[in-house]
Amino acid sequence: MTESEVQRPKKALAPVKWIRSNLFSSWYNTLLTVVIGYLVLTSIAPLMNWLFLEATFTGAEPSDCAGEGACWLFINQRLNFFIYGFYPDDLQWRVDAMFILLAVAFVPQFIEGFPARKWLGIFGLTGLPVIGFFMIPGGLFGLEPVESSKWGGLMLTLILAYIGIIASLPIGTLLALGRRSEMPVIRGLSVVFIEVWRAVPLITVLFMASVMLPLFLPEGMSFEKLARALIGITLWQSAYMAEVIRGGLQAIPRGQYEAASALGLGYWKKMGLVILPQALTMVIPGIVNTFISLFKDTTLVLIIGLFDILGTVQSTVTDPAWQNVAVEGYVFVAFCFWVFCFGISRYSQNLERKLDTGHKT
Amino acid sequence: MKNTKSIAVGAVMLCSVFTASVASAATTLESVKEKGHLQCGVTTGLPGFSQPDDKGNWTGIDVDTCRAVAAAVFGDPKAVQFTPLTAKERFTALQSGEIDMLSRNTTWTLTRDASLGLNFAGVNYYDGQGFLVKKDLGVDEASQLSGATICIQAGTTTELNLADYFRAKGMDFKPLVFDTSEQTVQGFASGRCDVLTSDRSQLAALRSKLAEPDSAKILPETISKEPLGPVVRQGDDQWFNIVKWVLSVQINAEELGVSSSNVDDMLKSDNPNIQRLLGTDGDMGAKLGLPDDFGYAIVKGVGNYGEMYNRNVGPDTPLGLDRGLNALWTEGGIMYAPPVR
Repeated sequence: MTESEVQRPKKALAPVKWIRSNLFSSWYNTLLTVVIGYLVLTSIAPLMNWLFLEATFTGAEPSDCAGEGACWLFINQRLNFFIYGFYPDDLQWRVDAMFILLAVAFVPQFIEGFPARKWLGIFGLTGLPVIGFFMIPGGLFGLEPVESSKWGGLMLTLILAYIGIIASLPIGTLLALGRRSEMPVIRGLSVVFIEVWRAVPLITVLFMASVMLPLFLPEGMSFEKLARALIGITLWQSAYMAEVIRGGLQAIPRGQYEAASALGLGYWKKMGLVILPQALTMVIPGIVNTFISLFKDTTLVLIIGLFDILGTVQSTVTDPAWQNVAVEGYVFVAFCFWVFCFGISRYSQNLERKLDTGHKT
Repeated sequence: MKNTKSIAVGAVMLCSVFTASVASAATTLESVKEKGHLQCGVTTGLPGFSQPDDKGNWTGIDVDTCRAVAAAVFGDPKAVQFTPLTAKERFTALQSGEIDMLSRNTTWTLTRDASLGLNFAGVNYYDGQGFLVKKDLGVDEASQLSGATICIQAGTTTELNLADYFRAKGMDFKPLVFDTSEQTVQGFASGRCDVLTSDRSQLAALRSKLAEPDSAKILPETISKEPLGPVVRQGDDQWFNIVKWVLSVQINAEELGVSSSNVDDMLKSDNPNIQRLLGTDGDMGAKLGLPDDFGYAIVKGVGNYGEMYNRNVGPDTPLGLDRGLNALWTEGGIMYAPPVR
């Protein structure tokens, strides 16, 4: 590199140069740029108009939505229902408290150097579900009980996804270890479990849990639909998780296993101290990928009549008092899902950078 | 040989244990009273029949039918919890005992009544399938629809009725099937089909979703019978009677002019029919295993049939449906209930 090249005023020229080399490098690239630019420009203005400028945000009556734009008033008025479902108004502070604890546990994970960050994260994975177990259904410590048929909306989506995620990780880890075990019975059982659950679609699992299972149970014995769905989701997700983690286990060089054994570590110490920390770090992208897909798959509970956020929206957009508000409803749901999925994804990238173990090239 | 014998003995013993536990199981009324609430299956959202409002409260004519049963059993129309069910789940939920009654826009047919282990306890809405057409098509009656493209929602009896109707008339049509009612309206609005078919109770609501509701009209023909009503499990006649008579009490109350606004005055009425209905005379409730004033509790808490109709689907609601077939038999409809005596 010569002196003159280094000193060239890069900052001023860089954008122009970048544009020239990336957008207008040849006649067909120029053509594509112009056509796509035109499409983007012509669609952005109406989209902004619909989303914000001509949209109705506040009001009292469905008739207030007279403008050309989106009728966010509908979402605004039903927001309570979309978030809490049928949860009684005067008890919603319990759900709010859980939302706040969830935020306290996980938002600091994005902030570098936040005090006690690690402990908050551990609390989010262990203490939080326990507190939620008492707070949301109630019935103990003088809290008024709220039946699970009244849970709904965003709250139900988060409960389904959260329990599915934190329960499937340990179960999946055990299954992955089981599948690589040298004991034939354990290996056999793990293989059968994983292959059976992974081979059926989630929609079938939910449908069986909701429609078929009650028929097999003896009369008088029934447990709630939500519990059946949760068990189904967790088992199904565990099978997927097991295969992702097995991928990590197989990628650990044989030397690591042998070195751990040579140190005189028993099976559980070898796995817990040497193999799993490396294996899990390596498959973070895969784990997060299954988390995100589970988060979105929870909407399938719609077919068994559970009101997750999509269910609450879908049940109300048909209200004849409102003009067509289906698009607004679905845009709102899509936005909610995007926020959470993007959050999960950013967090995992954060984690990967932090735990970078040098296996990357 | 010995082995098979012991297996057989074991199986018999196991069976007897099961039947014993079934025989000792409480009746539906007992188990409802023990729980302290009625568990009622409803739709996941159908305007006018069962749909959550903006406060998250269930409203609709099917919902009010559940509330009336709760009022009869507990004297409190709020002592009911709703289980939203999809069309596929509804009968299993009832058979397995997850719900105590099903009030979910369900058509009473022979197959369902005879082969599912269920009993239909009456009709709370007489519906039928109709057509919505574009006005500029220039069609005035259904017999002119030969060759039309018709938007339908998938997986409903609507689809079968439509095929039956056109085959019987020797006409042909092109079905265009959508998954949800929302999409069906969109398909109709964007001109992908000339005709939309659905239950008449929903056509008006679907029409109001169009950008220009005046551009479409509902044809006069009704091509199918859809008597909708509450359903209970077979084998518990007491509970079957309760649900059946709750509905009959509501219809009789309208016929006798007893409504939620005048029911307290009516307690002093000299009319023996009203006295029996409200429980000031006789022991009608006791015969069903209910409090004697169960009729009063129903009318006070939910209202008579006419009130229930007008509140949820009547002319002043967005659905705007005339009474039509659902008017009392004395007013030209077919709503007729056996007498409370």
